[in-house]
Amino acid sequence: MIVTLIDYGAGNVASVERALARIGVAAIRVSTSEGIANATTLLLPGVGHFSALIRALDEKALRQPLLEAIARGVPFLGICLGLQALYESSDEAPTLQGLGVLPGRVSALPPTVKLPHMGWNRVRSTAPSRLLRGVPLDAYFYFAHSFAAPPANASTAATCAHGVEFTAVTEQGNLFATQFHPEKSGDAGALLLRNFVSLAA
Amino acid sequence: MTLARRIIPCLDTDGARVVKGINFIGLRDAGDPAELAARYNAEGADELIVLDIAASRDRRPTFLETIRRVAAELAIPLTAGGGIRALEDARAVVRAGADKITVNTAAVEQPELISQLSEEFGAQAVVLAIDAKHETGNWDVRIRGGRDSAHLDAIAWAQKGVELGAGEILLTSVDRDGTQSGFDVPLTAGISRAVSVPVIASGGAKLPEHFLQAFSEGEADAALAASIFHDGTQSIRSLKQFLAQSGIPVRFPC
Repeated sequence: MIVTLIDYGAGNVASVERALARIGVAAIRVSTSEGIANATTLLLPGVGHFSALIRALDEKALRQPLLEAIARGVPFLGICLGLQALYESSDEAPTLQGLGVLPGRVSALPPTVKLPHMGWNRVRSTAPSRLLRGVPLDAYFYFAHSFAAPPANASTAATCAHGVEFTAVTEQGNLFATQFHPEKSGDAGALLLRNFVSLAA
Repeated sequence: MTLARRIIPCLDTDGARVVKGINFIGLRDAGDPAELAARYNAEGADELIVLDIAASRDRRPTFLETIRRVAAELAIPLTAGGGIRALEDARAVVRAGADKITVNTAAVEQPELISQLSEEFGAQAVVLAIDAKHETGNWDVRIRGGRDSAHLDAIAWAQKGVELGAGEILLTSVDRDGTQSGFDVPLTAGISRAVSVPVIASGGAKLPEHFLQAFSEGEADAALAASIFHDGTQSIRSLKQFLAQSGIPVRFPC
């Protein structure tokens, strides 16, 4: 199988590529609507600003093919901003429209804690998760973000807390996303990526 | 759920090899960067920093190749720095595989660089490195490898850096660096309390107790060391075991 990485000109595409290579999975980068329409497995990496990702998707006309692929049930994994983009909007760029695949608004973590939420944290399982299958309950994952998605969502499979509780893992059908970076999360992250690849196969 | 306190080995390189020495004098070879990176990744390091301490223009391609080789070994975040003076330098380092960029002297000389980096890569990718030296009543910011005074107060500069878009402070005590007499705890706590972003304590680490002090009294979010890890004086695993027994949340590789 080949994982299609959506390369919108920013983000952590190369580190995701390396992480997939380490578990023996081939990846290609695409940045066109045809590339997305033809993909059998999609991965949307992302770091940085919400507006950078949303603007790039719209400028490259990737929004529509991406929404269609998700609607067709093409296995999809969003990472970090790739999770946040799935929601309706984000306080980080209030005038822009998110993909709206999941209900709710991404909001800033509270200033009562150090921001960004940067480093290794654990997650709390809130629903059975295929993505986290076999991952030890006390595993740490690497986070680097200042905005986060609401925790009370039907698709939320695990939450984390930093000042407030937020969605760390979401899954709904073949749609998966993580707020943390599995590609930077050591063995636990590698196991999660393996789970995604075998679910997609 | 609490964030684990991070242990970060630092690879000071001459571009190609890891080197060891105080104030650039008497540099000694301390190994291959990719081999050390693989070892630290397996031992449970939480991140890795690789620096080009020579940072000369003509050796730049060599350092970028070093970043590529190191990144290939890591399933943890990588920060790279040394000689980043412009956005284009940072882009090259990120393309080579760094997740974060660290800037020091160039940020003092042109603070707008911090904002440019933050806008392009996000605050989480911008690590402001501050070398601080104790003076009567405050800490003075040092530049050019600790040699010259920047005539800035370290706490004020840290706050300014965060305001400009830095997402993390890498704080090195010039007084303690290389002495193995422990981190400068008052300095670390002073900066950590003054800024809203995570602080990495650096300079002076030898004993596990030094790390415990940096995390407890120093309120550091992460702690960095170089030679004690390279020469095997301290293993990351046993350091983390000590910290866990002392009540500090740390991550063990599964």
